[in-house]
Amino acid sequence: MVSRAVSFTRAELMAVLDEVKDPEVPVLSVVELGVVRDVEVLDDGVRVTVTPTYSGCPAMAAIEHDIAHALRAHGVANVQVRTSYLPAWTTDWIPAAAREKLRAYGIAPPGPADHEAPVQIGRRRAAVRCPFCGSPHTQLRSEFGSTACKAIHVCDECRQPFEEFKAI
Amino acid sequence: MSRADSSAAAQPRNDNFQYLLRLGDDRLVLGHRLSEWCGHAPILEEDIALANIALDLVGEANLLLTLAANGEAGGRDADALAYTRDAIDYRNCLLVELPRGDFAVTVARQFLFSCHALAQSDALRQSANTDLSGIAGKMHKEARYHVRHSGDWMLRLGLGTDESHARLQAAVDDLWRYTGEMFLTDEVEQRLVAAKIAVDSSTLEDPWKTRVLDVLKQAGITTPEVVWMQRGGRMGRHTEHLGHLLAEMQVLQRQHPGATW
Repeated sequence: MVSRAVSFTRAELMAVLDEVKDPEVPVLSVVELGVVRDVEVLDDGVRVTVTPTYSGCPAMAAIEHDIAHALRAHGVANVQVRTSYLPAWTTDWIPAAAREKLRAYGIAPPGPADHEAPVQIGRRRAAVRCPFCGSPHTQLRSEFGSTACKAIHVCDECRQPFEEFKAI
Repeated sequence: MSRADSSAAAQPRNDNFQYLLRLGDDRLVLGHRLSEWCGHAPILEEDIALANIALDLVGEANLLLTLAANGEAGGRDADALAYTRDAIDYRNCLLVELPRGDFAVTVARQFLFSCHALAQSDALRQSANTDLSGIAGKMHKEARYHVRHSGDWMLRLGLGTDESHARLQAAVDDLWRYTGEMFLTDEVEQRLVAAKIAVDSSTLEDPWKTRVLDVLKQAGITTPEVVWMQRGGRMGRHTEHLGHLLAEMQVLQRQHPGATW
């Protein structure tokens, strides 16, 4: 018996996964976030390769569940979700259009991730532009916010506290 | 290890298992210690920060212990390794199991460990074991902001009030004798270094010292003089504190083996 899985193209499967939102940042899909690295059509189903954002990200189990659920809802009976750590996930994988969605949602998008630069201790980080009024006059309040991937800032111009998706 | 197989063919597997336990146990035990601050940190932002860093460490431990379990013949998984081993089978260094102390002790310990983790994960990105190098890439990114977070606090406490300075100095004085163990190497590690899987821990001491001494100096903290470095964790000889930590961490799985929710 031929599974329905093979009747989908890779692009169609990606489109299905693009409907799956990140549980913590529901304005972005798991594809836009770069968590979905690959989708392969196998003889008896579909294999999705995901790369976790943070080692301890509590949303990963929910994301894997949501991915399998979305594909099953489209008739793919056998869904395998495989985890790959190489290369490590980076915010650089978030495309420009998705960054704009973040900003419109009120989260400052990540700057470029330079994970080879020397670690700076006791240095002020460059101010993050306010996603609400666009002012560069903002202050970092906490390097950690409601989730590990976000920092908390406050805007000196419009007085609005806001979150920043940290570059990693 | 009671489960160690003495045949020659099993040695690489046993070495890998031991090495991954060391890496994983350091992070599991420190992550658990750090989680004790949840709801108790001095300010809300710090409460969130410490809980997030604890989550990173436990997440890293989960990856490392899963890798250890996958390579073991015993059929255990990461949960079994975390929740059913006794203290004598834990391979973490002593530094990470010490009580959390006051906030200065926590900051100093995080800084001393994170600087080591940064150099270690950087080197392990080149490991011939691609599962380990992948995890190391992740750990390296996380160690970068762990160093930044604890390093910033070293400066704040060292340059803050007389009270914060005195507490940080006392913390560094107390913890210093536990730092040497992070740079010890042994036959297990050397065999894996030869196989290009592990990093020689003794080579991590120089980059660690460069960074740590620089921050201590900036924070106005005197570097302690030490005549004897404590050791034993890598061989399962722990302080009395680890047993208490495990009693709390393991109680549910010990009372209800295999329980899930």
